[in-house]
Parts: sequence; C-alpha cells; structure tokens
Amino acid sequence: MTLAEIKRGEKGIIVDVSSIHIPLKLLEMGCLPGNSVELVQMAPFADPMYLNINGSHLAIRKETAIHIQIEISK
Amino acid sequence: MSKQINVALIGNPNTGKTSVFNALTGLNQKVGNYPGITVEKKEGICKLPRGVKAHIIDLPGTYSLNASSLDENVVIELLLNKNDKDFPDVAVVVCDVENIKRNLLLFTQIKDLQIPTILAINMADRMAYKGISLDVEYLEEHLGTKIALISTRKKTGITELKELIANYRELSNEPCLSASEIDKPYFDNLQKAFPNQLLYKLWLVITQDVNFGKIDRNAIDAVADFKTKSNTDLKRLQQKETIKRYQFINNVLKEGQTIDLSTAKDLRIKLDRILTHKVWGYVIFGLILLTIFQAIYDWSSIPMDFIDSSFASLSEWTKNAMPAGTFTNLLSEGIIPGIGGIVIFIPQIAFLFLFISVLEESGYMSRVVFLMDRVMRRFGLSGKSVVPLISGTACAIPAIMATRNIESWKERLITILVTPFTTCSARLPVYLIIIALVIPEGRFLGLSYQALTLMLLYLIGFGAAVGSAWLLNKILNIKSKTFFVVEMPNYKLPLFKNVVITVIEKTKAFVFGAGKIILAISIVLWFLASYGPGEDFNNAEAIIAEQYANQDVTEEDLDHHIDSYKLEHSYIGITGRAIEPAIRPLGYDWKIGIALISSFAAREVFVGTLATIYNVGSDEEETIKNRMAGEVNPVLGGPLFNFASGISLMLFYAFAMQCMSTLAIVKKETNSWKWPTYQLVIMTAFAYVVALIAYQLLK
Repeated sequence: MTLAEIKRGEKGIIVDVSSIHIPLKLLEMGCLPGNSVELVQMAPFADPMYLNINGSHLAIRKETAIHIQIEISK
Repeated sequence: MSKQINVALIGNPNTGKTSVFNALTGLNQKVGNYPGITVEKKEGICKLPRGVKAHIIDLPGTYSLNASSLDENVVIELLLNKNDKDFPDVAVVVCDVENIKRNLLLFTQIKDLQIPTILAINMADRMAYKGISLDVEYLEEHLGTKIALISTRKKTGITELKELIANYRELSNEPCLSASEIDKPYFDNLQKAFPNQLLYKLWLVITQDVNFGKIDRNAIDAVADFKTKSNTDLKRLQQKETIKRYQFINNVLKEGQTIDLSTAKDLRIKLDRILTHKVWGYVIFGLILLTIFQAIYDWSSIPMDFIDSSFASLSEWTKNAMPAGTFTNLLSEGIIPGIGGIVIFIPQIAFLFLFISVLEESGYMSRVVFLMDRVMRRFGLSGKSVVPLISGTACAIPAIMATRNIESWKERLITILVTPFTTCSARLPVYLIIIALVIPEGRFLGLSYQALTLMLLYLIGFGAAVGSAWLLNKILNIKSKTFFVVEMPNYKLPLFKNVVITVIEKTKAFVFGAGKIILAISIVLWFLASYGPGEDFNNAEAIIAEQYANQDVTEEDLDHHIDSYKLEHSYIGITGRAIEPAIRPLGYDWKIGIALISSFAAREVFVGTLATIYNVGSDEEETIKNRMAGEVNPVLGGPLFNFASGISLMLFYAFAMQCMSTLAIVKKETNSWKWPTYQLVIMTAFAYVVALIAYQLLK
C-alpha cells in the first residue's frame, strides 16, 4: 500500500520510494526504505499529511505520499 | 597580532543555530547581505580563551550540501571556495538532541570536504526529559570529531564550545565514510581526470543544479576523457549516497545513542492535537490574529501619543530657542516634524515584529503552514505562502525573500506578486492617523470600532492578495513541479534574547532605512514649500493686504492668510494643484496629492509629508493629528478628512504599489523588470478605481 492510505495511529515501514517523483530533500530528511513512518495528524480532506518519519516530523502533500510504498507493522 | 579564527555555524533549519550564534556573539553582530544577492548574512565576533578572537558566520539553514535554493547555495559556495575570505578554519554543525540523526547527514558531508568540524548538540538539558542518552566518547571516536553538549536556554556548555573552537587544530580531518563506493569506477575516473582536486568537492560541483557564481562546472564537462552522466543517473547516485550515509549514521547511533520512549514526555503530541485540529486549529489561529491586531492598536497608543506631543514641543522649543532664520525654520518645520513622522511608529512596528518572531520561534508558524496548505492551493499558492503573507504585515521585503523555500516556481512567483497587497507596517502610519480622524470611538463586543476597522483593512489586504493569486493562477501558464515538504519543529518557548535581538535589529533597519528617505524627502519638501516662483509668491504680503484692506481682520488672521497664500503659490503648491484634477474625484486636495506623490518612494512618507506641509509657516504647538483634523475641504467646506475621503484614502493605500524597495526586491527575486512593472501599474490603477468608487458612493 502507499503512504497516502495510512490511518491515524498506524505505524509502518517504508519499503520503496519512487525516485523520480520524490525530491532529494525528502530523502535527506529520512524518507528512505527501511525507515519507520507514523501518521501524526491530517489536515481537512486528508491533505497534507503530518508524519513522523524516522524521528523527523514533517508534512507532505498526498500527491507526494502516493509515491511512497509502505508496509503496516503490527 | 593574533590571527582571527573563521568559524562557520552550519545546521538544519529550526535547530537553534541562531540561538548559538547569539550566545557566542551577543549583540556584537552585524547583519548584511551577500554581495549581489539578497540572502541575509549574519556575522559576529566572539572572544575565545587566551585572547584569541573568532569571526563567526551564521550560514543559512540547510539539510545537506545538495543545494535547492539560493540560501543553501551560499553554504556550498563558501565551503567549496578555499580562497573566500570567510572560508572556515572550523565548521560547527549545530543540531538539537532530537534531530541529531538528520544533522549528521550534513555533518558527514562537511567532513568529506576535510574541514575540521565540531558537533554542537543544543538543548542538551532536555535529554532526560526526552528519554535520550548519548555516549559522547563513542560518538566522538566514530564520527572523528569533538562534541559540545550545550544549552542556550540554560546557558551551559558555551564555554566548552569556545574552548573546542580555540583548539580546532586538534580535530581530525578524516572523512567519516567513503562516499565514492556508491560507484567506484565513476569516481576513480573522476579522480584520474582531476588528480589535484578533492574528490568529494568534484562530486558536489557536478551534482548541483543551481547556478554557481564562482565555480565553473563547464570546466569539468570540457575534459574530453571524462564521461559525464545523465541527470537521472546523477540523481540516482545522489540517492545512493544519501542512503549510504544514513546506513553509516544509523550504525553509529545504534551504539552511541539510546532513546527510551517510555520515559519520554512529549508535549508536542498534546499541543498538536489541538493546534492542528480540523476545527480548533483554525479557531485558535483566528484568535491569535485578532489578539495581535487588538494589541497593536491598544498597547502602542500610549507611547505614540507621548512621542507625538514630544516632537511637537521639541519643534516649538527649537523655534523659540534658536535665532530666527532659514536654518531654524528648516530644522523646526522640516527636519524635526519629518523625523517625528517616523519615530512615532516605532512602538507599533516593534510590537508587530515581536509577535511575528514569537510565532516563528515557537514553532507555531509551521503548524499554520500545515493547516493552510490545502486552502491556499485552491488559489494557486502553497501553505508556505502563509509565512510571506503573514510576515508581509511587517514588511514586504523580508516577506518576498521568505518565498525562497517554496519549491514550485509558479507558486513562488504568485506569492511574490501578491505579497505587496498585505498590510505592511509602512501602511500602518497612514491607517492609524486616518482611523483616528474619521472612525468614531466606541466599542462593539468589547472591541473598539477603530481596532475593528484596522482588522478589516488587514482582511482587505489578505483578500486582495488571495483574490489576485486566484486570478494569476488562472492566467499564468507556467509548468513547474510541485513539491511540498515542510518540517514540523518541536514547540519551544521562545528565547527572550533571540526575540529581543530580532525586534531591535528589524526595528533599527526599518527606522534607519525608511528614516533616511523620509528625512531627505522632508528637507526637499520644506524647500519646495518655503520658496516659490514669480510675483504671486514673493508679493504675498502685499496681495493679501490689498485683499483684506477693507475688512476688519486681526493681524494674526492676516498672517495666517499670507502663509496659506504663500504655500499655495510655492513650488510644491503649484505641483500639487497641477495634479489636483486627477485626485479631486477621490476626495483629496492638493496637499494630499503632494503626500501621495512623495509616498511613492515609501508609504510611511505620507504622514511625514503632511506633517511638513502643515507645519510650514504655523506658529502654534500642534500635533499632526490636530492639524489634519483642522483642514477644510476647499470646495465643499467641512473637514477635509471626513468619512468618505478617509475611507477612500485608506483603500488607495491598501491597494497601491507605493514602495520602491519592494519593486527592487521583486526585480531581484524574479530576475526581470517585467513583474515589478506589472505590479506597479496594475496595483496602482486598481487602487485608483477602488478609491474613486468608494468616495463617490460615500460622499
């Protein structure tokens, strides 16, 4: 599933990042395969998304989140 | 003479780098610009142990050495250019305890450039609270550095940091990891082609998208036996490099850092639950804005009244105490009221900068970006446009510079074009004085009418900005990639020292920047108002005496008539009356016309100009406000500043593009005269039409 589908309180692991669509800056902030991700808060209409990626708190738009593949961890 | 050590402070945005800078240099700092560009350059002097001095430069915040903006570019340009006079002898990477990992990425890159590097971990006093513990010795060994645990809040560790800087020669120059392993053949080739260059430096020069001033990347492409890679390949390699660096960092931190989440108490989660809430988040944001406006209006009125009357007395005193003559007149009628016209607004401007710096320092501004992104996107803006639009209430110039972190060019351009609509502090003087004249006192739901009017004017400004953004989004045909990444920093209680320094610096810049223009214009205006061509001006006494020869008038009245007759026939009077037909439908007389013209340089000149014009030839001690209230409309009679003309004037100032400095900065940021020209013409024409309609409807 993609990061855009994550629900509040769920945690996941990033499995793949579509390199053409993702800015390098996001990778530098820790959005890399193997790192953990958690949804902190969503703005109205579920966009943008406020995430905790590998300890970095950041917000990205849904259009970016759909290019990040994750696996929900139990 | 001992040599100064050059120190560069580097780090991610929001890591308290500026707090460290302030702690090291105190008020011993200088804010300027990098030559040719509008990136702010902060430097200062710090005294180290044993009489050594350090020249500290606070570089713009960046996440890595892969520049994606002009600000970040400054960092790389300095680190790659050994001949730069500011090239650091030692780099201090500043991070805070919570984001060590992310800052280490930047740290390892700087180490690869073989620059001695110190790691300064700020907010170390919060470690226990956050459940973080560090094995400093282990980290120092594996990162090849020295670590200073500091707290700018508790003022600890700064002495140790100074000690480390003084002993920078003992630091290791070894890179942390060999990044070239990501593509060995490629890097081997590169090194072979440029045997004398540092490999990582070459790599950085090749991969930067941005245009470097001093570094010539064509020289690399020109070497025939070296095969360059396509941009996609380079990007893939950069990603590989980032992954590799993180692997290294994760390994080091696995041993060197433990985080016990069970003992961590996080205020962030609780605050974010309310402050970024779908409903409450917006309600709170609205309330904060409302409080700011009420405060600016109510709190600053006391010092302002005081300043106003003090300058009036000073002017009066000068006139009486000094020998009569041209110079005394120039001083008491031109210069002092001119300066008074700017000093009076210091309280309000200081308050405004105070609020903005508190919002930014506390981390709340990022939440606003998050809350507003979706709404702003509908108008072709980004959530990040909110920061320029809000700081535009202080001044459009820093606001336009703050658009640099908007990733999409189209969103950025639109933000630049509409930001001058927001009510900047220079409009405040005009609004305040007119509100005081034409809006009645009284309260509605505990808020004064006058404060509500001011709030409404701010809303009109935002409305105009957002509305024109929506239009521009439809009209402009620019394709650009839209990326949106915004960091949500932890909440912090703003450091008193940082806030005070920001307020002092910005207010000083405003007063001296605008003050120079205002002073110059006041002097010119005074001359133009005190002298005139031809018979009418020179024989004013005789003409008036003849006019009133048969009437019973006191000497005082006669003098007054002479003065106003002189003003009307002075150079300025002639100019003003020439443009009067154009502005009469808006409800203005020629004196306001003069103020309009002179305030094309800068809006706040308006009040100063009126102060100068009304002061020429008057004797009584009077405040600017009382003088304006006493002006009579030459055609209709009644006060010149009435409800209709006041509203019309405020609307004109709300929309017109009257600031040369803003036009200059737009030219710089968009790199063309096209956009500032459009701004000037369209905004001013719109302002004229709106003011015309308002006056005709209300009169």
